[in-house]
Amino acid sequence: MFRRTALAALAAVAALTLAGCGDDTPAASSSPSSSSSSSSTPALSGNISVFAAASLTGTFTQLGKGFEAANPGTKVTFNFAGSSALAQQINQGAPADVFASAAPKNMDQVTDKGTPTNFVKNTLEIAVPKGNPAKITGLKDFADKNKKIVLCAVQVPCGAAADKVFKATGITAQPDSLEQDVKAALTKVSLGEADAALVYKTDVLSAKDKVEGIQFPEASKAVNEYPIATLTKSKNPDLAKAFVDYVLSDKGKAVLSAAGFDAP
Amino acid sequence: MSRRGRSTSGRLPLVLLLPALLGLAFLLVPLIGLLAKAPWSTLPGRLFSADVWQALRLSLVCATSATVLCLLLGVPLAWLLARGGLPGRSLIRAFVTVPLVLPPVVGGVALLLVLGRRGLVGEHLDAWFGISLPFTTAGVIVAEAFVAMPFLVISVEGALRAADPRYEEAAATLGAGRWLTFRRVTLPSIAPGVVAGTVLCWARALGEFGATITFAGNFPGRTTTMPLAVYLALETDPDVAVVLSLVLLLVSVVVLASLRERWISGLR
Repeated sequence: MFRRTALAALAAVAALTLAGCGDDTPAASSSPSSSSSSSSTPALSGNISVFAAASLTGTFTQLGKGFEAANPGTKVTFNFAGSSALAQQINQGAPADVFASAAPKNMDQVTDKGTPTNFVKNTLEIAVPKGNPAKITGLKDFADKNKKIVLCAVQVPCGAAADKVFKATGITAQPDSLEQDVKAALTKVSLGEADAALVYKTDVLSAKDKVEGIQFPEASKAVNEYPIATLTKSKNPDLAKAFVDYVLSDKGKAVLSAAGFDAP
Repeated sequence: MSRRGRSTSGRLPLVLLLPALLGLAFLLVPLIGLLAKAPWSTLPGRLFSADVWQALRLSLVCATSATVLCLLLGVPLAWLLARGGLPGRSLIRAFVTVPLVLPPVVGGVALLLVLGRRGLVGEHLDAWFGISLPFTTAGVIVAEAFVAMPFLVISVEGALRAADPRYEEAAATLGAGRWLTFRRVTLPSIAPGVVAGTVLCWARALGEFGATITFAGNFPGRTTTMPLAVYLALETDPDVAVVLSLVLLLVSVVVLASLRERWISGLR
């Protein structure tokens, strides 16, 4: 077992070395099988991998289990990461069947895909440590230099949304750190290191034993839409479509709204 | 790999040469990939932006400070491990390598739990002295030193264990105290090991990402080092990320090559 793994790694090294900087040829050879079962009662089987935004980790894991239970013989594996990283991986030929992005922008970056559907939206909320030690009351506290403020970097969706809110309200935020993703910003608050951060409502709910959420009216200025789409290079397009349908179904909506997502 | 080359003097056996070249190529191919992808036409414009220099300067300052900190603490620690005759030495050595095994992000969280505003030690630092390390340049240095120190300690300890203790004994019989012996006999004899360890330590600190962004956060001019800038640039503009990576690579190669040459030739 170990030897085989080691050999595979060695082969990969050799291949990488020999291939040099050649173009990436996606190994996905569209298999002709399993395309005839599109008519009534399609017998779903096989595996798909779903690339989904990090903020969907909890809900999509749950949806994947539900989907597998409803369709015995199927297996859904997930790759959760920042939407922009996922879009790049897909364009570089990563074997993905479905992409769920936290922003339309990242969905647009992916070239070979079906028609995206917006399935949820997410609103910003102020996250403060349990008990709100710094007495944060609203967005204006983000301009206070004496408070430890954490935002997402503008390069990632939650940072772009925060930027939009501050521009719309004319508040000049005084952040101490611009975090690389929303979970990192949340961690700084849940550890009590930051007095406040701007994160999504769903993130506050996911950490509700450590952080408190404060809603603010200006959040409506920057609502984030989440699109989902099947990818045309999928080897199992029927299963990919079935999974997307499952996410859009009432069952899927129930799971997503329980986690704090709003209907699109 | 069929012919077992009966190597005449000066000729490398093929059995070693082939994997050696393969290994070298393996290390160089990613660099070639960066060079091939670099946006050469717009390179100058991107290079002379204030952000790049700010991040680069911060990287150099922090990596160097972290290396100095590692030298001050790491060389004595290596000496203790090699010569201290401590009970449970192998266990202590295992603990020294913890930052090597730990994913850097976990290291950053651990630092937050200890040195953060509500951490075990940080709580008192904050209450008594008003010092809070997270989100500061000092925090970057602490995070980098934490991750890079094992490289120095292991190198120096190896050199100490390989050094001949008879010179130290001779110095002692001639009346030199332990501190004098350490300074004038031990340290010069292990200098190549210290230099190698320092180089590794500095290089690791320069490339540090996970512990830094977790413990010290990311704010331009204060805690945004080059690796953090590269990571965030990758989110939106991969071309900029490639340029930043090349700058970091170039600077580190130049510094390491020139310093190493000078130190080692100066020592011989």
